[in-house]
Amino acid sequence: MNNNIESFVKFEKIDKSYDGEILVVKNLNLNIDKSEFVTMLGPSGSGKTTTLMMLAGFETPTNGEIYLDNQPISKIPPYEREIGMVFQNYALFPHMTVNENLSFPLEVRKKSKSDIENRVKKALDMVELGDFGNRFPAQLSGGQQQRVALARALVFEPRLVLMDEPLGALDKNLREQMQYEIKHIHERIGITVVYVTHDQSEALTMSNRIAVFNDGVIQQLSTPDILYEKPENSFVAQFIGENNRMTGTIKEIEGDFCLVDLDGGGIVKAMKINVNSVGEKTQLSVRPERVVLKEESSADVNTFNGTVKELIYLGDHIRARLNVCNNEEFIVKIPNEGNINIEEGSNINVSWDAKDIRALDFN
Amino acid sequence: MEVIITEQILTTDGIPLKESLKKAERNNKIRAFFLVFPLLIFIIITFVVPIGDMMLRSVDDSQINTVYEKTFEEYKKWDKSKDELPPESVYKALFLEIAYGDKLQLGRALTRMNYSKSGWKSLIKKTQRGIKKIVKSGEEPLSYKQTLIDINENWADPTFWYAMGQMINKQTSIYYWNAIDRTFDQDQNVVMQNEDRRVYVSTWIKTFKVSIYVTFFCLLLGFPVAHLLASLPLRYSNILMIFVLLPFWTSLLVRTTAWIVMLQQNGVINDVLVWLGILSDDGRIQMVYNQTGTIIAMTQILLPFMILPLYSVMKVIPKSHMRAAQNLGAKPTIAFIRVYLPQTIPGMSAGGLLVFVLAIGYFITPELVGGKDGQLIGHWIAYHLKTTLNWGLCSALGAILLGIMLILYWLYNKIVGIDNIKLG
Ligand SMILES: Nc1ncnc2c1ncn2[C@@H]1O[C@H](COP(=O)(O)OP(=O)(O)OP(=O)(O)O)[C@@H](O)[C@H]1O
Ligand SMILES: [Mg+2]
Repeated sequence: MNNNIESFVKFEKIDKSYDGEILVVKNLNLNIDKSEFVTMLGPSGSGKTTTLMMLAGFETPTNGEIYLDNQPISKIPPYEREIGMVFQNYALFPHMTVNENLSFPLEVRKKSKSDIENRVKKALDMVELGDFGNRFPAQLSGGQQQRVALARALVFEPRLVLMDEPLGALDKNLREQMQYEIKHIHERIGITVVYVTHDQSEALTMSNRIAVFNDGVIQQLSTPDILYEKPENSFVAQFIGENNRMTGTIKEIEGDFCLVDLDGGGIVKAMKINVNSVGEKTQLSVRPERVVLKEESSADVNTFNGTVKELIYLGDHIRARLNVCNNEEFIVKIPNEGNINIEEGSNINVSWDAKDIRALDFN
Repeated sequence: MEVIITEQILTTDGIPLKESLKKAERNNKIRAFFLVFPLLIFIIITFVVPIGDMMLRSVDDSQINTVYEKTFEEYKKWDKSKDELPPESVYKALFLEIAYGDKLQLGRALTRMNYSKSGWKSLIKKTQRGIKKIVKSGEEPLSYKQTLIDINENWADPTFWYAMGQMINKQTSIYYWNAIDRTFDQDQNVVMQNEDRRVYVSTWIKTFKVSIYVTFFCLLLGFPVAHLLASLPLRYSNILMIFVLLPFWTSLLVRTTAWIVMLQQNGVINDVLVWLGILSDDGRIQMVYNQTGTIIAMTQILLPFMILPLYSVMKVIPKSHMRAAQNLGAKPTIAFIRVYLPQTIPGMSAGGLLVFVLAIGYFITPELVGGKDGQLIGHWIAYHLKTTLNWGLCSALGAILLGIMLILYWLYNKIVGIDNIKLG
């Protein structure tokens, strides 16, 4: 992360502690470009909301500075930051109709009556709720409330919108539908979005870039495909997508690769990512879909013998749980090509490319 | 569009669905009824019956009607436009009823008679003695009219006879008129009471005034406390809540007495003010045994009834609302006024209604700290209940109080909606 002055939002060395004992955000550096859709993804308690609240102005950083449009914002009160926000439970005002909710930010900005009317109507049309203006929030479904909250956060044309798990309260179908709607709105109006979720598939579908949070630290910040294909540490590998883990000790390092002596027996050749020296403990990670079945056994590198423990038929593929190198939880996804003839208890050979298995930090 | 189902839907057993449902519901209803039955009985005995009895008493005039049944019957035949005094038959009936009526009942009727005109009591008592002599002597009077007038000349005074006209119905509105300083004149017109007997209207006004003040101060003091309670972390708010509830665990009498100790001229507050040099020793303020004392003490005592409903409403207003409002560009004060305050209205109105209703009927505190000019209407109710035994007036005052509460409740329902009430 270089010090890019053109970044629209810039977190610089942000620390945050609520009680003076525990840092819930540690040395956070994050640059966000204009019109970018950046998602903060991480487990519960990892500091996502805290980060967002510091940007919105409801929490003050214990250390460091946040810049918006090259302006330090710590001195600007929340009501002057011109940042829209969609709260987790929408925070729609229950005593105001949808129209009044949307007019509120415009009224406090002393816009003219006709202007307000126009903008409210446009915003409601954008979220396809044109006919619902006179209802109260309690008379709307969860998805509709969500859309009103979105429209309200956008109606005053903020510089940037923040969304804190905006879809957390919706059921799966509605959530997926809303994901696309939010994404489309983002693409259409080109606004900068900072989005928080702990649902990885949501993050992968919607974002330009994802910042994976754990323990108040960004573990990796990159585009969805790189995050999935090239996790930089074992937390990210584990948090994003499915992954087979094996532990071992580095035996030999040769360029970008290394040889690892597995704890369960056997030697694996893997990409050297997050390890430095021989003798170090490491965690290996390989995606289930990168593991292939082999007909005949061979002594090739990265080829192992395994026992089938469980088979789950999933239509387009079959999910097999194997015991490989004393790892009972080794998962393989076998594409359904019509000629699979393995059974539970049978012995098969699996193998993978050395490029697809990554030697990461041990934790 | 309504869909008319012509075909009856049957359950699996072939019983019509509606009937089956009704049966199931009837069982539920019976069970529910038996569960509330003890409470129902309790409420009927302790609430509905006494209040009904009170309402009846406030208009009841039947006791005197049984004592002077014959007299009143004859009285009704009297044509007031023709004769100045009632005919002989009325005097005769009166004579006989006083002579042979039940002594106890006669005595009780006296009190009632005095309400319509003072002087009745002594008149009847003297007449009773006179009649007793005549009956003893055994001779029957030639003219009952003349005999009675001979016993006491007031029987020739038409104003007494006119006053009797107020009593001849089994129902009367006299108590209600009395309760607002009105009475009947000799032609049964409603007129003002004598100046020296006008106490109720001013007391009603004072009652309202004090109640409004108390409600207002409770709201003023209770709102910030409730807000604090609702926004503090649980372990602090629990401690604060104990302080709010503490008064509930202390006897009302103790608290009221404590206020006297605090507020009296040689009390704690005056002492402190003198000690601080704010007041001179002769300039001590009279803060108790007057309206000020009543308002101060009642505000403190009724405060929890304001705080609790407010708290329960504020507790469920998400903190994110204030944040959202600010995020949308509203300064904290505007966010408070436009977003927070409107959401507390159910609590404010519930608390306000509760405090006001409790305040207008309050008795002990004003009685103890109110002195002469801090008395509320409850004082007169108790006075007539215990001292004058004028239960009719006492019931009428109570019924008016009840009526006011019902009107307030109705207004409240109209304006805020009773479904919006939040009491905890
Ligand atoms: N107001 C607060 N006072 C004290 N500690 C807090 C406060 N808010 C959050 N924390 C702590 O800070 C840490 C980070 O909280 P934060 O709300 O940012 O997590 P999050 O990543 O948003 O989690 P989630 O996915 O559950 O929303 C947590 O350990 C939490 O307990
Ligand atoms: Mg959160």
